[in-house]
Amino acid sequence: MSALETLLLVLAIFGVLTGLSVIVLSLIWLERKFLGRMQMRMGPMHVGPFGLLQPVADAVKLMAKEDLLSSLVDRVVYWVAPLAVFVPTFMIWVTIPVARDLVIRNLDMGLFYIIAFSVLSIVGLVTAGWASSNKYAVLGGFRAAAQLVSYEIPLILAVLGVAMLAQSMNLEEVVNSQSTVVYALVQPLGLVIFFIAGLAELGRTPFDIHPAESEVVGGPFVEYSGAHWAVFFLAEYINTFAIAALTVLLFLGGWLFPGISGDVSALGVLVFLVKTYLVILVVFWIRGTYPRLRIDQLMSLGWKVLVPLALVNVVITASYMFYGWSAWSLSLMSLAILGAAIWGLSKRMRTAPTPEYTVKLYVPAPEASNAG
Amino acid sequence: MSLSLVVFYLLGAVCLGGAVGVVVSRNVVHSALLLLVSLMGVAGLYLLLLAEFLALVQVLIYGGAITIIVLFVIMLTRVQEFRAMKDNPQWPLAVVAALAMFVLLAAAMIKGAPSETTRQSVSFEELGSSLFTQWAVPFEVASLVLLVALIGAIVIAREGGEE
Repeated sequence: MSALETLLLVLAIFGVLTGLSVIVLSLIWLERKFLGRMQMRMGPMHVGPFGLLQPVADAVKLMAKEDLLSSLVDRVVYWVAPLAVFVPTFMIWVTIPVARDLVIRNLDMGLFYIIAFSVLSIVGLVTAGWASSNKYAVLGGFRAAAQLVSYEIPLILAVLGVAMLAQSMNLEEVVNSQSTVVYALVQPLGLVIFFIAGLAELGRTPFDIHPAESEVVGGPFVEYSGAHWAVFFLAEYINTFAIAALTVLLFLGGWLFPGISGDVSALGVLVFLVKTYLVILVVFWIRGTYPRLRIDQLMSLGWKVLVPLALVNVVITASYMFYGWSAWSLSLMSLAILGAAIWGLSKRMRTAPTPEYTVKLYVPAPEASNAG
Repeated sequence: MSLSLVVFYLLGAVCLGGAVGVVVSRNVVHSALLLLVSLMGVAGLYLLLLAEFLALVQVLIYGGAITIIVLFVIMLTRVQEFRAMKDNPQWPLAVVAALAMFVLLAAAMIKGAPSETTRQSVSFEELGSSLFTQWAVPFEVASLVLLVALIGAIVIAREGGEE
């Protein structure tokens, strides 16, 4: 690698970091404004025009805040945990293209790389919970581990369906193979599974089980304050943007749009950003609409509905590819299964009796019987 | 000294340092996290050998899945009982096993290591097709083992629930 290439690489990495920070600020503003308008409020409006500078003011406030430290925390693990969450979320951007040829490194196993590294941030959440020495934080950490590990499976299987259609794990080739028809139309089932599992991976409403304020008062982040809490916050918003960007790249044709030539990078970036922000608005819309799931509902949705559906999605895609069925057959099969699943779920929700719960209290055994 | 050699020694230091830390640390959660460090060092070594797929699998399976399960299990037990743990009665057995493994690997390296090797990476497609044609039987056997483990886990979970 020559010196010039190294310099370019370093510049590109700094560029991505700066760009992501600006995007996070814009997302915070957008979320507050959008949620505000949905609830017939104005949202932030006093700092700067349309409240545009509100996120900047918030960021300055966070940095200037006192960093409280409980005396019981496990110092080293406590400080490393935010980094363990943030570094993988940043690393996946190495291979996410925003327009044709506009990517730091176009890896052949790009999709696999993204999946492998995004998993690492779970370790950060679990250790953050444990190191805080706080009951709520530990419970939140457990919830995060259970939820994120479970929803990874449908997410990976949905990505696999797209990789099978595109015959590649290279994100640029995945987008190029959608030049005639986007995969959202070929695999609507895959899109729905990916989006729901993606929301769960982000831990956003209706899947915000691990930071749930009313149950575990902020989960793994309870004890964190100031700049260290801000790192988790930053990671969450970067992840939101990443899931939206992946939805666009995998299912909505990336920077391609009928009538717009993708050869001009600036236009490609514009199309990509518009699509990504539209997907993010859907994420915010869902946040403003649905209440949080209960943890057992979350687990049964993941394991009993999404995992089987994702497996069916892989099987129908495989048979469609292997037998060379006509182009629209996969769309029809996919739509039919999606419709049947939604119908079955809504029917079950209407008719299922309210479950009865028996709470088993933990009664510690007497010390004497433990001794032997 | 070439750059790859420097990187090799650095990664080796990460692996060994992490592994020693796992054994020496008095806190089981620290041990689990140091295990993660050591395993990531191994992933780096794979990357240095141009085995990209193996490196990513190492990150996904060992970094993501196994470390999280280990942490989960440790945190569900009562950490206080392990805090003061000073010794493990199984250590002579572990020494014998580690030494035997070391001798085996060293012998294989001294005997069979090619003096001059050309490194080249294998593309994703080649890897997949050779896995499903040339190595189909071992691959299927491995997946059968995993299936048995899955069914076993479900059976154990069910028994606990009905009791």
